[in-house]
Parts: sequence; structure tokens; C-alpha cells
Amino acid sequence: MNLNTSKMAILVIAFLAGGPLQAEESLAIRNCTWCHGSSAQGLSTAPRLAGQRDQYIQNQLLSFSEHLRDNPLSQQYMWPATAHLSPQAAHDLSAYFSALPPVPANDGDPELAAAGRAIYDEGIADSDVSACVVCHGPNAEGVRGIPRLGGLSYPYLKRRLEQWGEGFHAAAAPMPQIAGRLSPNQIDALASYLSFIGYESLE
Amino acid sequence: MKVTSLRLAFQTALLAVCFAATGRADAADMSQQAQQGLQGKLEYCKTCHGLSGEGYRGYYPMPRLAGQQPEYLENQLQAFIRRSRTNPVMSNVAHGLTPSMVAALAANLRDLNPNPYGGAPRDSLALGKTIFEQGLPESNVPACSACHGPDAKGKAEIPRLAGQLYWYTVKSLTNWSRERGQGSLKDTSAIMVPTTHNLTQAQISALAAYVSYLK
Repeated sequence: MNLNTSKMAILVIAFLAGGPLQAEESLAIRNCTWCHGSSAQGLSTAPRLAGQRDQYIQNQLLSFSEHLRDNPLSQQYMWPATAHLSPQAAHDLSAYFSALPPVPANDGDPELAAAGRAIYDEGIADSDVSACVVCHGPNAEGVRGIPRLGGLSYPYLKRRLEQWGEGFHAAAAPMPQIAGRLSPNQIDALASYLSFIGYESLE
Repeated sequence: MKVTSLRLAFQTALLAVCFAATGRADAADMSQQAQQGLQGKLEYCKTCHGLSGEGYRGYYPMPRLAGQQPEYLENQLQAFIRRSRTNPVMSNVAHGLTPSMVAALAANLRDLNPNPYGGAPRDSLALGKTIFEQGLPESNVPACSACHGPDAKGKAEIPRLAGQLYWYTVKSLTNWSRERGQGSLKDTSAIMVPTTHNLTQAQISALAAYVSYLK
């Protein structure tokens, strides 16, 4: 029901958008939603794109095509997917997905949410971990090229945070430095907290 | 007798060497530890304030620390701890710093000299320059250069403005009375209050843009 409504909404939006999203681009959208979910809310390891920051999506598409985002799944799926993506197509796809309303995944451990929130708002001064809020915003909404984290899925957030500590996507300073200082329990708590954050508006 | 005294002398010498050696090892450990702690904290500052201390525009603007006056930095860290300057995140960060660490951090940051972060609007730089160099006598705004120096590098407790992040300076001047000089503790921030009230938003923007490009 919910999924169908969203699908309809996408169709309607794609239809109404007219200008930048013509028939051949809707094929490009289908190429994304195949993995990222038919309403772009994310599926399994593929993150939600709906409501993600326009500039962030564009930047990431570029980092995939330049092989800067380099974890095994990126290499397997996103490198080929972006290999022949024109700047205009990247621009249009980002504009399209960023305008879709996001739905929070709500799939973390609710008992860890309070601990995660403390790390998000205050950082961990003793282990030199910066407070996430200063860049990602009070509602984890992101801004410009800084991603919205609120409501992303627990497994995705957890893997991203772990992968910085493992040396992947090293070019994304300062995230490797920050995430590398988090313990597994702290990563669990953060990913849990963030998975429950809804959104007020796309402003 | 001779043998005994020789043995005694030898033992004493051995002990002395051991003592000296442990002393040196301890000292080396301490300074290495302190050095590692300092580098760790510097990295910590830079994760938010830019990898070269040039500042960073996140959800909130994080000020440039590079080339900043050490005395000003120390005062601000104290103000965060005493909550006379409102900033929960920085208050938390500052709480964990020892005075010697603060001094070492401030000295290190003073020596950084990256290019300005940039990005400020360029449409009213001329107005900004006028305010900075001459003030606005009709609105009771003194020339910034009178205190912050003709090169905007500041001095002692007066901060450097050159190369400061545009959005940070705008926010600071706009919110001055709400963020600084809070509580019952008096600090030097009071001197800026009339000036910040006498500037219009357009003048604040022009001034912030002008100083953001100064090197």
C-alpha cells in the first residue's frame, strides 16, 4: 500500500517534472531504484536516496566514478553504474532523488538510542571524537554536500562507520579520522540512534 | 678489603647507571606521551576546524584557528568552560584540556598559515573595507583596524580577523550579546556589544566578507 503509493508518486513526479527528466532518464532512475528500492528508500545494503542532499548525491556519484569510494560493494556495483554517467545525468538524478520525501528506517536497537544521541550531540572528548551535530545538523538533516544521516538504515550506517576504520574511502576527510576512533559499541549506538530520526521537511 | 670496596664501588656504579637510565627513560616516555597527546588533540581540533586550521563550513560554521592569537584562544576556551560563551559542544571539548595542553595547542595553531577558506559574497567588499579601515562615524562604529590591527592579525587578547570564515563572522556579530559575556562573569567581550548593535545586517555581511579574504 505504502510502497504502491510511493511508486505512484514517483511516476507522477517523473511525469510532471517533464523538463529535466525525459523518457530516457527515467530509465536511469530505474537503474538506481533496482537496488535502492522502488521508492528509493533503500534496500538491504543499498542506502536510501530519497531526501538525501542534492549536492551530496552528486559528489558521491563523482567519487564512485573516480574510484574514491572503494569498498567491495562500491567496486562491484557503483563503479560500473557511474562509469558512463554524464555530469548532466548525475545532476538530474541527484535533483530527482533529493526531492523525494525520506522515510526513517527505524531498524536500530532502541535501547542504544540514548547513548547514540549523546555521542551525536556531544562527541566523546576523551577519545577526541568530534560531535556529529556540528556538521550534520541538529536533526541529522545534513546540508549542501554534507549528507542527511537521519533515518538511514542501521546496517548501512554501521558498515559505513566501520569501513572508515578499515581504510576505505580514505579521501573523505575528516570522516576516516573521526569514525576510526569509535569503538564497535559506539558505532552500534550511533547507527541505532540515527536510524530512528524522522524529518520535518525537505526545506 | 680491597675486593669488598671494589665490589661496593661496582655495585654503586651499577645502581647509579640503572637509576640514571630509568630516569632518562621516564623523561623520554613522558615527553613522547605528551607529544602524542598534543598531536592527538591537534587532530581533534582539525577534524572540525579544517585540516589546516583554515575553518570549515559544516551545518554550523567552525572558525579558522590558524594564525589566531594564543591569548585569545586561551580566553575563549576558558569562556566555554565557564559558560560565559554559549556553546555546548565546545564547552565539552574544552573541559578535557589541561592548561599546559591549551598553551601547547594555541602555540601550534598560531604557526599555521593556510589560505583563507573563501566562499564569501564579493558584491560589497568595498563597503567592508571602508568599515574596517574607517568605521561608520555616523552610526558610532569605530574602525575595526584600530584594535584588530591594520593587517587584521589581532594582538594578545584581541583576535585575528584576517581569513576568518565569512559565515562565522556573520554569526558572531549577529548573535554577539546572546553568545558572549553570559552569566555573571565579566569578560572583555562586553567591549564589542555597542558596535555589534550599531551594525546593520548588510554592513555585517560586507565586513565579514572583506576580512574573510585578508591573508
